[in-house]
Amino acid sequence: MENLVEIRDLRVEATTDAGRRIEIIKGIDLDVAPGEIVALIGESGSGKTTIALTIMGYARPGCRITSGSVTVAGKDMVTLSERQRAHVRGLEVSYVPQSAAAAFNPSKRIIDQVVEVTRIHRLMPIAQAREKAISLFRALSLPNPEEIGNRYPHQVSGGQLQRLAAAMALISDPKLVIFDEPTTALDVTTQIEVLRAFKAVMKKSGIAGVYVSHDLAVVAQIADRIVVLRGGDVQEVGNTADILSDAKHPYTRELLSAFEPKSRGESVVVAAREHAPLLKVNGLIAGYGPVQADGLPLVKAVQEASLSLQRGRNLGIIGESGCGKSTLARSIAGILPASAGQLTLDGRELARSARHRSREQLRELQIVFQHADTSLNPAKTIEEILGRPLKFYHGMKGKVRDARIDALLDMVRLPKTLRSRTPAELSGGQKQRVNFARALAAEPKLIVCDEITSALDTVVAAAVIDLLKEMQRELSLSYIFISHDLSVVEAICDEIVVMYNGRKVEEITPAISKVPQHPYSKLLFSSVPKLDPGWLDRLERDPELVKTYVHG
Amino acid sequence: MTSSTTLPRRVSYRFSWVGMIGFAVILFWAMIALLAPHITPYPVGEIIDEDYFGPMSSKLLLGSDYLGRDMLSRIIMGARYTVGISLAAVCLACFSGAALGMAAAVIGGWFDTLLSRLLDALNSIPSKLSGLVVAAAVGSSLPVLILMLAVIYTPGAYRFARSLAVNVNTMDYITVARTRGEGIPYVVFSEILPNITGPLLADFGIRFVFVVLLLSGLSFLGLGVQPPYADWGALVHENIGGLPFGAPAVIVPSLAIASLTISVNLLIDNLPKKIRDRST
Repeated sequence: MENLVEIRDLRVEATTDAGRRIEIIKGIDLDVAPGEIVALIGESGSGKTTIALTIMGYARPGCRITSGSVTVAGKDMVTLSERQRAHVRGLEVSYVPQSAAAAFNPSKRIIDQVVEVTRIHRLMPIAQAREKAISLFRALSLPNPEEIGNRYPHQVSGGQLQRLAAAMALISDPKLVIFDEPTTALDVTTQIEVLRAFKAVMKKSGIAGVYVSHDLAVVAQIADRIVVLRGGDVQEVGNTADILSDAKHPYTRELLSAFEPKSRGESVVVAAREHAPLLKVNGLIAGYGPVQADGLPLVKAVQEASLSLQRGRNLGIIGESGCGKSTLARSIAGILPASAGQLTLDGRELARSARHRSREQLRELQIVFQHADTSLNPAKTIEEILGRPLKFYHGMKGKVRDARIDALLDMVRLPKTLRSRTPAELSGGQKQRVNFARALAAEPKLIVCDEITSALDTVVAAAVIDLLKEMQRELSLSYIFISHDLSVVEAICDEIVVMYNGRKVEEITPAISKVPQHPYSKLLFSSVPKLDPGWLDRLERDPELVKTYVHG
Repeated sequence: MTSSTTLPRRVSYRFSWVGMIGFAVILFWAMIALLAPHITPYPVGEIIDEDYFGPMSSKLLLGSDYLGRDMLSRIIMGARYTVGISLAAVCLACFSGAALGMAAAVIGGWFDTLLSRLLDALNSIPSKLSGLVVAAAVGSSLPVLILMLAVIYTPGAYRFARSLAVNVNTMDYITVARTRGEGIPYVVFSEILPNITGPLLADFGIRFVFVVLLLSGLSFLGLGVQPPYADWGALVHENIGGLPFGAPAVIVPSLAIASLTISVNLLIDNLPKKIRDRST
């Protein structure tokens, strides 16, 4: 059978602002058979999205396809004119973007945007297109298929919007759909619904797909074949089952090993028992909006949260977006002063607002944010960024400070030569290490880590977690680790708090019992994709539970 | 792409030739202003020519003015006033505006609201009008002129700096600095300022042009630099009678004003771009 897509020796070049050219795709070959779903997997910068976009004959600004051919259904997208390409786009090849929220026009009704493709390509009368859209909504198991199209994009949830974006891509009966990380921005419990809907529709209509993702477990559920990419080169190609069970290439093995559950060393657990808790949070309420008559804010993002953390131990807080976990972290750090409740650090009462805490208390409790991009000042060098807390807290100057900066860089496994660079000149993982090193510079007792690995690639995230554990052993630190990613939290935490809708629903100690009791925790834990390709099909979820807790 | 090998930091700049021309003209006028007393061919106040509004000649390169004084000497000395007063005023305006704007963005709350409303009120008075009133009330000595121009252009600089700083202020690194316990001056000058210097410099250039034009306008109306001194605006005013004769005395100072303001604009539109190339 002839392939639907044949990419031969594709090369894409990018031009830097100094006018130098870099080859970002280095001569790859790729085939997609009709009805087959091929996954492109790799870390950021591996060229997976660039390759996917060339299938539509598109290269992002500053990039250029320099050689090779991309044949889609007999037409070479590289040599076609822009007008001819426009005819293929949307009609034969369509695209589902990573962020549906950014892809929809907020000022137009959803259905008008979904049927737009049929209007552009003059496929069918508008009434017929609407009917077709509604049948697609039904096939994608969207609630209220007749009505949902009449809403505006902000009136539906993220998971629903992502499925509506898929409906937009599918309405023209394309031969191929490109999915560009369509579930990366979704919560795990929502992701399952979306994946299921995608899989059902694709299998039923026999449409081929190119699925771009960095998450091997997600890809395992949906793809027939997996292409592993790194640095613009194909590392390994194989059937999903083969790749998962019998990876040949070392890089693929590295990706796979990042998924293996890591046990947390339990030696510290017993020893730390007798001490008074390092941090105690009692009945904390925090939120946003004007203060009401009872002295509490209008929107309570965290309601009556109580935690306690022993020295040298780690506490994980998990929950999906909007559950209040980041707000809790911010009120512990004093960035968003709590409206009620007590905070005690090392036996001493902490003021609710960071402004009223002593310098010593601020030093002992450091917070590390999710986005290293925005937490490092782009106008400063790494040296200045790390040097400031040293001078501020410890009054270090000159040679002493220089030596300490080197030691810090060494601790987080970064070469000393990075000292004079600015954050823009580092990779994502390097930036997160600097971000962490800055917290270490204060020599704290407790570090609050707010989703610090979620912006990183799997392999890099695993390395950062290892680093965190190592630092803990050496410096007797404690962490509060906030994440939506259960596997990350399990890897490092002694205790896990599950939050839902601003409340703490359960506290689990993985060392003692790994089985969650609360229905929401059960749902959350069971929603984490596994590497097993049959996992999604076998997964059974209580529909009542899903109805209560999943709003995707 | 993301190699972490031992590379020296490479920073180079790309200049555009339009910007270079602008810079050259500005440099030219700055040198003239600095060296003025040494390079005037004739004393500024002395009547040289018997004819008024004399044409260009080998003796008087730019002709003579309405009293028969050497125009070249008067323009050279006028550069001092136009460039000097404007520069002093714009420095004052931009420094105080930027400092207040950044502080307002960081402190927020009442301080921000009060300061913003106050400066908005100041901004709502037409600049020429307030210039006229001040000059009429307290006369127009050089310090008064400088201060007045600075006050007139502070609210604009404040607005601009505040809007830039508000965006930077929401970044996580500001939160990190504040939870570290840093004070307002550190946050303003060490964390925010380095990130907005580019736009602030561009604003400085534009505002300099505004000041030159307002100063020239005031001098043209006779309210700016007072005789026997004269800036370029005053020169145009003095010699406006020469317009029917096409005298160089009225055209040349106008050209001088135009050349300075246009070249400042050319320069700020074509500031050298910093090239950062990670993977070399």
